[in-house]
Amino acid sequence: MDLLRDALVWLFSAEQFQGDGSLPQRIAEHLGYTSVAVVVAIVLALPLGYFIGHTGKGHVWIVGITGGARALPSFGLILLLVLVLGVSQRQSAAILALVLLAIPPLLAGAYAGVAQIPRSVIDSARSQGMTEAQILFQVEIPLSLPLVMGGLRGAVLQVVATATLVAYVGLGGLGYDIIQGIPLRRFDQTLGAAIVVALLALVLDAAVAGASRWATPRGVLLGSFGDVRARDSSLARTR
Amino acid sequence: MKSLRKTTGLTGLALASALVFTGCAADSGSAETVVVGSQAYYSNEIIAEIYAQALEGAGYTVERQFQIGQRDAYLPELESGAVDLFPEYTGNLLQFYAPDAQATKADDVYAALESALPEGMTALAMSSATDQDSYNVTAEFAAANALESIGDLAALEGLVLGGNPELEERPYGPDGLLETYGVTVSFSGTGDVTVDALVAGELSVANVYSGDPRIAEYGLVTLADPEGLFLASNVVPIASGDWAIELASVIDPISAALTSEGLVALNLQSTKDQLSAAVIAATWLEANGF
Repeated sequence: MDLLRDALVWLFSAEQFQGDGSLPQRIAEHLGYTSVAVVVAIVLALPLGYFIGHTGKGHVWIVGITGGARALPSFGLILLLVLVLGVSQRQSAAILALVLLAIPPLLAGAYAGVAQIPRSVIDSARSQGMTEAQILFQVEIPLSLPLVMGGLRGAVLQVVATATLVAYVGLGGLGYDIIQGIPLRRFDQTLGAAIVVALLALVLDAAVAGASRWATPRGVLLGSFGDVRARDSSLARTR
Repeated sequence: MKSLRKTTGLTGLALASALVFTGCAADSGSAETVVVGSQAYYSNEIIAEIYAQALEGAGYTVERQFQIGQRDAYLPELESGAVDLFPEYTGNLLQFYAPDAQATKADDVYAALESALPEGMTALAMSSATDQDSYNVTAEFAAANALESIGDLAALEGLVLGGNPELEERPYGPDGLLETYGVTVSFSGTGDVTVDALVAGELSVANVYSGDPRIAEYGLVTLADPEGLFLASNVVPIASGDWAIELASVIDPISAALTSEGLVALNLQSTKDQLSAAVIAATWLEANGF
């Protein structure tokens, strides 16, 4: 408990809020890497995931790739990409590593979000004369949102936690205080910065969860609760 | 009953004398077998292998106990005499036995180490080769500004010092540079890409270990530290027990021949050419006329 108290003292001491390397600056750096990586991953992964989900093409290897990519060692990936792209491009290299980390849960969310829609729903949309684009934008994407937002939550959590590693290649962020504190045996500093990372993760997770409730159509939202499942089974019985 | 007791007594005597005799035998026998140890650090293992091959060349039988690990693991072995010879580093070893020692210059550190070493361990003559924190610049930067010592940096402005994040807070970091040499720098915690950042021109000065093979690979210039900003850590053979005097005649010439540049070159053969410690050691001994 002493260590926790020391960490809080470190966190709220005046020197954390001034000059180069202040806590707000580290948080801004950390959030910067996180948001850029997640946005780029969304732009890349969601269209691909919807394409696969909508057409059903390539879903065999997408499962393999997303599964395998989750096992990539992130620290090694960052160092490798810095080596490949060169030290002057290490910002892009680190963001690329974070993007690669964020893609699998988003891709899997988009693909699985479409795949779990009952075939009969899509078939009835088509039989009513909806175009493929209408089916995608008015049926598949809205109905897939709960799973996509779940994927987004996973991606954000993974990236905000892993962004601590970019400090190993001199890019700052909250990881800087953590890895500086360990060899100096300043565990108040290490724990203090780790607490901020954990808080950021919780705040971001809550924000994405809120956004997902806001973004998901009311009907889908209602459909994801238990009483609807009861209605499903009663339907099955009458059938 | 009486005879039994007598027999037991005799057996005891026989056992005791046997022990005494084997004790003698072990003493004279071990004069031929020297146990050489090393850390689990490739550069340390190369030095230990050089010791081992030199001793073999001098007629000793050598048992290699390499890659024993950290100081907590192998120093008790050395103290007890289970290991006879071990390549060490003056500054780091001094810090282990005397964490509050103030000495930083090579000779002071060696003197302090000699008195700090526990009974049963002797430091042989140290080598000029070091494996310690050092400040390095690129060859072009050194030539353009006539840099040889850290103090020469004082005339320059806009210097960026790079190293692991903790360097920012170390006594030999930016504050120490200003205090000891009057050098003003800004700091960049470049961590694992420090050498690359120096070579790319992002940094002007980088904190690199003086035994790092990349010093030779990229032609870096290690700046001299006459004021002892860094804790000097020279390669030093540590011998256990009564071995010191006997082994010194074989090991001292090796310590004299091993330089910092030479150590970097040895390390480079391991990291770049992927040669084994045995091959590197044999080549070095031959090239240096042993």
